[in-house]
Amino acid sequence: MNLKRLFKPETMAVVGVSLSNESNPANVVYNKNRLRYPVKVFAVNGKGGTIRGETLYRKVQDIPAKIDLVIIATKAEIVPSVVSDCIEANAGGAVIISGGFAETGCMDLQNQLVSIAKEFDFPLIGPNCLGIFSPDHMDTFFIPGERLLIPDRGRVAMVSQSGGILVDHMIKCAAEGVGMSLAVSIGNKAVIKELDLLQYFKDDPDTDVITFYLEGFDENEGRDFVVAASECGKPVIVLKSGKTPGGTKAVKSHTASIAGDYEVFSSIMSQYGVVEAKDEFEMVAFAEALSCYQRSIQGRVAIITGSGGHGALATDACFLHGLSVPVLSQSAQAELHSLVSPTIRDISSFVNPIDLTGSAVDDDFMAVVRSVSRNDDIECIIVLLLPYLPRITMDLSAQLSLLCQQEGKPIVAYIPHVDKYKMLVEGFMLNKIPVADSIEDAIHMAEAMRRYKSC
Amino acid sequence: MLKDNIRKIFSEAKERGWVMEPQAKDLLRLAGMDVPRFLYTADVAEAIRFAGEIKYPVVAKVVSPDVIHKSDASGVALGIPDDKRLGDVFTEMSKIRGFQGIIVEEAIKGIELIVGMKMDTQFGPVILLGMGGTAVEIYKDVSLRMAPLREHDAESMMMHLIAKPLLEGYRGSDGVNMNELKRTLLAFSSLVMEFEKEVESVDLNPVICDASRCVVADARIMLAGH
Repeated sequence: MNLKRLFKPETMAVVGVSLSNESNPANVVYNKNRLRYPVKVFAVNGKGGTIRGETLYRKVQDIPAKIDLVIIATKAEIVPSVVSDCIEANAGGAVIISGGFAETGCMDLQNQLVSIAKEFDFPLIGPNCLGIFSPDHMDTFFIPGERLLIPDRGRVAMVSQSGGILVDHMIKCAAEGVGMSLAVSIGNKAVIKELDLLQYFKDDPDTDVITFYLEGFDENEGRDFVVAASECGKPVIVLKSGKTPGGTKAVKSHTASIAGDYEVFSSIMSQYGVVEAKDEFEMVAFAEALSCYQRSIQGRVAIITGSGGHGALATDACFLHGLSVPVLSQSAQAELHSLVSPTIRDISSFVNPIDLTGSAVDDDFMAVVRSVSRNDDIECIIVLLLPYLPRITMDLSAQLSLLCQQEGKPIVAYIPHVDKYKMLVEGFMLNKIPVADSIEDAIHMAEAMRRYKSC
Repeated sequence: MLKDNIRKIFSEAKERGWVMEPQAKDLLRLAGMDVPRFLYTADVAEAIRFAGEIKYPVVAKVVSPDVIHKSDASGVALGIPDDKRLGDVFTEMSKIRGFQGIIVEEAIKGIELIVGMKMDTQFGPVILLGMGGTAVEIYKDVSLRMAPLREHDAESMMMHLIAKPLLEGYRGSDGVNMNELKRTLLAFSSLVMEFEKEVESVDLNPVICDASRCVVADARIMLAGH
């Protein structure tokens, strides 16, 4: 199934646009695309007419242009006939926003859609979904733009069964400066499922990291999914709901009793190198880290900071997340000792965590990060940069970012994300260094690389 | 060959919903796994003769289509020292509901593990390795992996148990033969890949391992649809 016209359309038709109700989902989608995005959009309504001077076409086939993507937001009963129209018009694919299918017990109506789509190999997203969001290009969400916080264009793709969760993740990504290539809500996933999207994003040159919010797989789909994910060559992150058992089943074997659905899911994700996030904060931190570094590490980190307390808390968090903070060799410690300013030389700790104290200057951080970058015992550097240290400048984060690119060893950073320190945060963010808002999240970012197994 | 035997044993067990221990062990042996030397018999004299052959102490277990969990029904006797005790055990077990005979088998010592399989709806056959015995559901020290197991999957299952130091030999005690354990896991994985949808779950519990071998001391195969 070719999804390219569906996800990168030049033209779009919105079916179900109302002449009388501007808050109708179809109207919201039509208006936002017409006013804010480069995609060429046409309105369709069985009654015809004009809307703000533009023609309302009665059918998709009547539009005098080749249509790539059709958004269907009509009553459920007429959706199958609209899909047939799309196929007749040789459209590239459709998003069915309308609800009233399997989720309300109307299996027959949904099966009708599936059989039409399968017969003509026609890509369908939904039904019962928000559809597709492509930054700077188009958006099928029936949520007015002013209610959304929109992430920049970037290299993370997000797929979600739930539209609400997808929007929530997008808001968190926007807040953390994580850019997105595409977001897709698949709703009832009648035709296009997680596996189809995994295969699409695997080959998508605009995507480096693929994330999924999953509720569950159909029979044996989980098996195909993990095998495909392990072979896709890009990090795949999943967040699963339904971790708690829904009611107790009487089981007669120990194995069936211990191997609950979630335990099985979680073990298999890890077996195949799929990175499982436990909650939405991990999801965003993992996406940010893996969009900067598509690589795996064993877990040996160095922590560099100007505060002993930060070093200690970060070390504890590393231990809890399966990362190690190895003691540096005597020669490595001696080298660091000789590199830093005389004023901090004898009050700093170089064991790991490395505490350069509140008297450190930019050059101390630079020299230590450069030296540790060249230490083969360390795979990743966590820099806990405290903006209130009196002798560092606002340039330090940008300088460290460039140093990181020069040396090629991953750095993850922590800076409190408040307006006052924004310049330091951006010094990392704009230079593709993941920067967390909490110590814990910085550890998550390093953990993401430990959990990912590149093939 | 293996497939034919699987079919035959499953069709006999279909009605009951689970495969009884003697047949389950036959199947495991055919699949290349190590099981104790055992005899399934309903004749006490035959049981005593066999015990003499394999040497005391021996283990006796009831075989009954009505008893899935044998220890719950007093259907397991360990460390039987002589003919007299074996005769008494036979008499006791013959009163258990559905009695069809007993298994007499060699007593094996070592670390008790559980190896299991569950047919998962989303992922198909899933394999479990854990510390075995009757307390397995309390400690839940287990590793789970999707079958078929690759060699590194089997290795990582062993490495991820909390009890790993026990397997490696803790404070001077003998550990288990990791290569044999790995071989057992891989043989079991190949076997369950032949099961398709007919089996719901399998418990090999305990699998008793020492420094030289891993022996499946008890096996329960639950068929699907019951």
